Amino acid sequence: MGAEIIRLSGLTKEYGQQAVVRDLDLTIGKGEIYGLLGPNGAGKSTTILMIMGLTEPSSGTIRVAGIDPVRQPAEVKRKVGYLPEDVGFYDDRTGLENIVYTGRLNGLTASAAKTRALELLERVGLTDAAHKRAGTYSRGMRQRLGLADVLIKQPEIIILDEPTLGLDPEGLRRFLSLIVALSRQEGLTVLLSSHHLQQVQQVCDRVGLFVAGRLIAEGNIRELSKKLFSNELIAYEAGLYRGVRTDGDWIPLRSRAADAVRNTGGVRNFHVEGDRFFWESDIESGHEIARKMIASDVDLSYLNRKEYGLDEIYHRYFSTVAKS
Amino acid sequence: MTVKEKIMSETSHPFWLMVEKEISDHVRSLRLIIMVVLIALTSIATVYLALGSLKDAIKPGDPEGSFLFLKIFTASNGSIPPFHVFIGFLGPLLGISLGFDSINSELGRGTMSRLLAQPIHRDYIINAKFVAALIVISGLFLCLGLLVTGWGILKIGILPTFQEFFRILALVVLTIFYVAFWLNLAIFFSIRFKQASTSALASIAVWLFVTVFYGMLVSLVARSIAPSEFAPPGRIIAYQKLVQNLGRLVPSQLFSDATTTLLMPSVRSLGPLTMEQVHGAIPSPLSLGQSLLVVWPQLTGLIAATVVCFALSYRAFMRKEIRSR
Repeated sequence: MGAEIIRLSGLTKEYGQQAVVRDLDLTIGKGEIYGLLGPNGAGKSTTILMIMGLTEPSSGTIRVAGIDPVRQPAEVKRKVGYLPEDVGFYDDRTGLENIVYTGRLNGLTASAAKTRALELLERVGLTDAAHKRAGTYSRGMRQRLGLADVLIKQPEIIILDEPTLGLDPEGLRRFLSLIVALSRQEGLTVLLSSHHLQQVQQVCDRVGLFVAGRLIAEGNIRELSKKLFSNELIAYEAGLYRGVRTDGDWIPLRSRAADAVRNTGGVRNFHVEGDRFFWESDIESGHEIARKMIASDVDLSYLNRKEYGLDEIYHRYFSTVAKS
Repeated sequence: MTVKEKIMSETSHPFWLMVEKEISDHVRSLRLIIMVVLIALTSIATVYLALGSLKDAIKPGDPEGSFLFLKIFTASNGSIPPFHVFIGFLGPLLGISLGFDSINSELGRGTMSRLLAQPIHRDYIINAKFVAALIVISGLFLCLGLLVTGWGILKIGILPTFQEFFRILALVVLTIFYVAFWLNLAIFFSIRFKQASTSALASIAVWLFVTVFYGMLVSLVARSIAPSEFAPPGRIIAYQKLVQNLGRLVPSQLFSDATTTLLMPSVRSLGPLTMEQVHGAIPSPLSLGQSLLVVWPQLTGLIAATVVCFALSYRAFMRKEIRSR
């Protein structure tokens, strides 16, 4: 993490009696890709609006590149590109006209805006559609046009609110790799909010989990999973290779292998489903079991130790929050 | 450097950029084209008929005989209302059509939050919407006024006097203010209501109420509080004034009072006149300055209504929380 570029401290936003964001502390470093994760209504969008100076916080302070968005919203907007959830364009103008307009609102001359817009459209792969009306764009094209729109002001930070919503898997993959490439090449800081855990997991340096207005955990995926699952058993799954053996040969062989696994030290919750074995263990047991199986003349087609992904982390946090 | 290159290499102030974009949106919109065609057709019809009935409109000894040119705007053969009445009728529709979806359409298309993420002040958005529509309206009515004048010159072969010309200009300015009032009302509704159709309906409802039902309501009230025929004159005058002032609470009445005075220089007062006041007066037309003095309250009333509407919209817009759609 480089020098800090966004710092939120004690940030709270209340609507009437209800707090949407509660006492949020968050620091994002320069050049980082930070994922804000949480279910709908967790306060992600409200936090983003406060960072952009579009909504005033009830209490707490915000610094974006050293500027306070409550006092100098225009200055912050000069440095931060914001792609709102479900971005809209002027449908009766072409894609090019739409982003040239944004460029000129940011103080570019008409010719500079046009040159830069064409460059960006090429970069996001919309050169062919540049002169088509934005109303004819598909969802994925609109999202990419939105990215060009955000970049035309040459921001230091880009904030993307639910950028992955409604994209097909291939479009999603391309969109996210575009963001990563941009961030790495130009040193852009990226803050994105999402509930698409899998994809976010692939691109984010760090993530923050948001539930009911609170940031309940923060860090990279490995840190999070270590924190959460350190006292947990390790789950294994093994697939057996039957080959051409008949039932008469195979079933006794399989039960012998099952016994061998069951009697290994530390193995718990062992069960069999067809030709697959499942067990949990409080120590690393995969290597030992593999050796035993092969010794008992049973071939393994695979042996798998379960990794905890963001889905599990997320789910786990939710159940703990729900309980508390 | 060609002109085009020069334009391309200049940075414009964001506010004027936005005004420019709004104007080009208006000019391209089918809605404005329809309204312009409607206004143009009615203007042609009324002016054509007025020109035809011009010789009947001037009676010998008429104090307005020297204002032949203004008759183009006020004369009618009775089959359709004269020009200024039509403009008073269609102007509000034009204002409403330019304003009713100004804010809620941006919200609905999701362009508002994108716009607000740019380094501009928030009030630029609403100011630009207002200024752009005002420029379109001003251009439109100025053209219309001058075209009708030109047509009149060609047809009757008499040049308007300076006074007549300035009266026509004053009519144009008045119309712009009047339409601006409706424009602001429509913008206000476009902030208040999320659906463009709701705000259009609300604006049209207000317009119908003001132009059609309010007059009926006032006459109903007037009838119920009318003093007897034998009441002292003081009471009758007070009653007349009350009824008139009730009528003037709505901008359409202010507009029609003001246009009548401007276009008919012989109108000396908009309130009741006693015999004493009229006694000894020479039935001559008023000068432009005097006519303007007569309509000054109407004019300020209209401007005040416009400003109040704009202030309400401004406040509503600045306090509105904009989230993505």
